[in-house]
Amino acid sequence: MEENNVLLTVNGLKKYFLTHQGTVKAIDGINFSVKKGETFGLVGESGSGKSTVAYSVIGMYRLTEGRIVFRGEDISRESKNRSLTIKKEIQIVFQDPGTSLNPSMSNREILELPLKVHDIGKNSKERVERIKELLEMVQLPTNYIHKTPSAIGGGEKQMVAIARALATNPSLILLDEPTSALDVSIQAKIINMLIQFQQEFNLTYLFITHDLSLMRNVASQVAIMYLGKICEIAPTKDFFNNPLHPYTQMLLSSIPVISEEEEELKPKRIISVGEIPSPVNVPAGCSFHLRCPRKMDICLQQDPLIKEIKSGHIVRCHLY
Amino acid sequence: MSKPLLEIKNLSIWFESFEGPLKVLDGVNMIVLPGEKVGLIGEMGCGKTTTMKAIAGILPVPPTIIRSGSILYQGEDLMKMNKKKSRQIRKKELSMIFQDPMSALNPVFTIGTQLHDIIKINEKKKGFIKGKSIQLLKEVLLPDPARILKNYPIQLSGGMRQRICIAMALINKGQILLADEPDTSLDVTIKEQIMKLLRELVGKYNKSIVLVSHALGTIKSLTDRVYVMYAGSMVEMASTQALFANPLHPYSKGLLEATPRLTGKGIGDGINGRIPEYVSPPNGCRFHPRCKEVMDVCRREKPSFFNVSKDHGVACFLFKNSRN
Repeated sequence: MEENNVLLTVNGLKKYFLTHQGTVKAIDGINFSVKKGETFGLVGESGSGKSTVAYSVIGMYRLTEGRIVFRGEDISRESKNRSLTIKKEIQIVFQDPGTSLNPSMSNREILELPLKVHDIGKNSKERVERIKELLEMVQLPTNYIHKTPSAIGGGEKQMVAIARALATNPSLILLDEPTSALDVSIQAKIINMLIQFQQEFNLTYLFITHDLSLMRNVASQVAIMYLGKICEIAPTKDFFNNPLHPYTQMLLSSIPVISEEEEELKPKRIISVGEIPSPVNVPAGCSFHLRCPRKMDICLQQDPLIKEIKSGHIVRCHLY
Repeated sequence: MSKPLLEIKNLSIWFESFEGPLKVLDGVNMIVLPGEKVGLIGEMGCGKTTTMKAIAGILPVPPTIIRSGSILYQGEDLMKMNKKKSRQIRKKELSMIFQDPMSALNPVFTIGTQLHDIIKINEKKKGFIKGKSIQLLKEVLLPDPARILKNYPIQLSGGMRQRICIAMALINKGQILLADEPDTSLDVTIKEQIMKLLRELVGKYNKSIVLVSHALGTIKSLTDRVYVMYAGSMVEMASTQALFANPLHPYSKGLLEATPRLTGKGIGDGINGRIPEYVSPPNGCRFHPRCKEVMDVCRREKPSFFNVSKDHGVACFLFKNSRN
């Protein structure tokens, strides 16, 4: 792969949490790279570790092992030890705008903070101009500048959160389920806006969601996680037309769809069984073997290795 | 047409608040036939849950103010009869599954105790209850029921908790199951398992179900007929097939277009604006401030239900002339 085209590389990333019940292996050795200007989708059930990946990239955790490289620079450390330039370039939008915006701050204070921290705008007048510009960008009326988050709706709060992420002109935005708390009518608006910003400002997204139908429409590459490991990575079209890992097939076949056209796109019926096991006691061998319809003897003993089936399509399964 | 099992007529419900009354339900009409699977869709805050709670009779008074309307169960008005009698009917005939299984179960009692409490409402025989509990848990396909009876809700996963809520809803041999977003808090693979279980059990006991859900796919796979609700009244009613093939109301169209599809052809524009403030909802059709096809008459008058075909009705002036 051409090195200069890659914006973010995650290499052998591990993040373990120590709890009273034992070590939780939230992320257990994952590799992926995100190209400039693309939307890299990360999918998985709850508890698969997808949010931990985003939090590790933004520097909320000290890594157990592994490297995160951003534009050729090693950033595998906590946020407090990172340079301001790096912090400016990587921003995040959280799932629940109700808790990610400070309820006692007005929208102006919320949006002014990143501008102050990163020295954007000489004085308060210039900053207010920039804030108004940001609000216009996310299609909110400029008089919202004086409102507090509690005075506006859920969708509008998420717009403010997106405006806050855009405030510093970042190049990478981590979107941690940005629309899963919202109605489809508002989700559509936000997603279309995000796609527009991506083209306009040449942004790169790491998009985390559990909604595969949404992923089909936004991502250029999709990676699927199960119990802290990546099962399959593929370009979106390949991922949906030719899913290889039994877990991917199970997920795709269990999506409830609303038209015949979509029904035909789903892989052959695989009946979903079981639930994601507790990450404290990860099963030996391939962690998916308890639920796998095609498990073999080897799956119980040995964890499969990553294999590239064709260019860009990676799968971690003994079947291949 | 067979006689409706449950019929809601012109139900209007307000809630008291500091800003004045919240005019939430504005003339809801709904019919559920025996053994029918009815879906109810709409955005958050449309009054779906309020409707369900009104049927179950669990809206707290105050702040609830019932302005008008009736809820008929097999022809008897549940709102007019005395409290004791309506409670008897609801206890025997209705059961409800809530959205969040964690808050529906009491965290300080074991599953066994909670099942016991419900079973003994109808069955007083000693020794019967434990066997019945185990049989119920087996029916919802939970492994090792004897152990689960001793567990607290916190020891179980979300999917298991929702199965227990379904088991509880099956205890009375009632005719109607109200399912208020039973799938929202679950993962896609678990969701599929739960909906499959629900479909099988409802079919087995020939219950009617009223299913509220955000997931249109779930509604499509489980229901026969769908109501679309917006800001406190029904805006469209159609057989499931007709609604998904040919939605008529601009609101239903917007919802369907905004739903991401597997075909990957992009997502529609969504619907501008948001649900109105219920303190002073818009006059006329409550959807008119967000509607792309708004006309003058929409601002003045509330549209009544126009029947487009036998099983397809819509409350929108665009279809005024298609009445037959």
